[in-house]
Amino acid sequence: MATRMILRRVIQKRTVLFPLSLSTSRKGSTLVVAEHEHEGGAIKPSSLSALFAATCLPDNDSSVSLLLAGSGPSLHQAASLAASSHPSISQVLVADSDTFKSPLAEPWAKLVHLVQQKGGYSHIVAASNSFGKNVMPRAAALLDVSPVTDVTAISDSLTFVRPIYAGNALCTVRYTGASPCILTIRSTSFPVSQKSVDSKSNKASISRVDLSTFDEDLGKSMYISQTSQDDERPDLGNARVVITGGRALKSAENFKLIENLANKLGAAVGATRAAVDAGFVPNDLQVGQTGKIVAPELYMAFGVSGAIQHLAGMRDSKVIVAVNNDADAPIFQVSDYGLVGDLFEVIPELLEKLPEKK
Amino acid sequence: MKIMVAVKRVIDYAVKIRVKPDKTGVVTQNVKMSMNPFCEIALEEALRIRESGLASEVVAVSMGPSQCIDTLRTGLAMGADRGIHVEANYSLYPLSVAKILKKLVEIEKPRLLILGKQAIDDDCNQTGQMIAGLLNWPQGTFASKVVLDKEKQVATVDREVDDGIETVCLNLPAVITTDLRLNQPRYATLPNIMKAKSKPIKKFTPEELNVEIKSDLEIVEVTEPPKRKSGVIVSSVDELIDKLKHEANVI
Repeated sequence: MATRMILRRVIQKRTVLFPLSLSTSRKGSTLVVAEHEHEGGAIKPSSLSALFAATCLPDNDSSVSLLLAGSGPSLHQAASLAASSHPSISQVLVADSDTFKSPLAEPWAKLVHLVQQKGGYSHIVAASNSFGKNVMPRAAALLDVSPVTDVTAISDSLTFVRPIYAGNALCTVRYTGASPCILTIRSTSFPVSQKSVDSKSNKASISRVDLSTFDEDLGKSMYISQTSQDDERPDLGNARVVITGGRALKSAENFKLIENLANKLGAAVGATRAAVDAGFVPNDLQVGQTGKIVAPELYMAFGVSGAIQHLAGMRDSKVIVAVNNDADAPIFQVSDYGLVGDLFEVIPELLEKLPEKK
Repeated sequence: MKIMVAVKRVIDYAVKIRVKPDKTGVVTQNVKMSMNPFCEIALEEALRIRESGLASEVVAVSMGPSQCIDTLRTGLAMGADRGIHVEANYSLYPLSVAKILKKLVEIEKPRLLILGKQAIDDDCNQTGQMIAGLLNWPQGTFASKVVLDKEKQVATVDREVDDGIETVCLNLPAVITTDLRLNQPRYATLPNIMKAKSKPIKKFTPEELNVEIKSDLEIVEVTEPPKRKSGVIVSSVDELIDKLKHEANVI
């Protein structure tokens, strides 16, 4: 909430004085490195958050270019979707090559480098997800600049807030180096409203990235496969409600209780490191400093003690509910509503008494 | 084959940190320091590769003030063969660390570089990717499984990504950064701690390595995150549902 308020203030105060280092160069222009779905070509929600963050940069002159890469019809579908549906995009750059079919860091970082050399952007923004974290620091090294990762608020065009020490401190950093300023942003801090992406008035130009000078340097890394859970539930990072289970669930079998409750509430399922390490659920459900960062409207934690590293991933949730049989568990220090009790009694009762969700 | 592992000295993961009143950083004096947990995992993986006969030597590297020697000794006690300490009494950002590592790679010529995926103090998650970029080596970040093939000189890495596990195959030399589930680091035994005292630690400074330390980031201030208002303890499931419905309006 606080972040959102700061942001709103930042957006209103577009007349901030810019540091000298930038005022000597031309107006800022921003490149957003985006991912799209391989079916349908929709821009991924995390990339839309990055786009929103880019529009929050005060000296931005509303000149945002979106970089899409891949091959096949979904890429071009994505480009035309992006060009016509997002008013803040002035240009869509398309890199069409089989090299970019998979999200390998080596070609992607080189692509960002190439596009930057041609476009001379003042900022490059991507989401701080596993793709952005993998690619952007590598691209930054190629450009010889320090990236700022996991940005949660933008103070001015070169000053950003990012959490350190598992979110137990907030660090305001100023980028003083040469262009571009490279950012990865925490998606939950830049929530995308449906309104801002639905306007159809805009029609940005689409241009192809000239890859004739692209040095593919093939054979260094190869994409083999991706295994993912087919999941009917909402995506953990964007869910409105998240139900999380910890070690106290005791087994993968018992974890079904959490899943049942999630189904009833239309919620995403999360887990602590203990629950993942014990094999109750796959690793991509881990919430915390090293897992996913979530900020849903309602976060319900069952059998979660509330270690520093777990709190790092959920402390910005709007309402936190904790159910634990240990009244001294640290989770109760951050919960809005705590219930001291046995989750094996509480969850069935909740399942019975909660109103049905569509 | 030689493996180089970068280890960082950080505030122990279990310590509740305090922000300095003057907002310049967090209190590190008289606070327990340890090896970054992800670095322990990186070192453990290197040791396991050596023990399986696929590597001949494991070199641990750390950068920062003189106390980093303690972190290196911990690494040597776990089983690293020798250490390299690059002494710097100023803060090093990942780009500088990556540049120093590049110089050390040129000197030591390892075939594999293993780092933790992030340090738990700055939470940057950058150094491994940056050094891979500088060296133009392939990278396998957030690794939960590493399989080396000596014949083909490739590493097959399972990576923890947002929606599951991704497998990539890297030509050596390569950079790997470790996720939590890669392994369970060993404890140093007392005899090994004693032995570690006689293992060599080479010293360098960034100046000796001809690395220009560029600082293009400036810390403006470090503050405490906003406190959450204290919550209530409810006595029954009914009360909880009632509060969520009528007070919080979330269900």
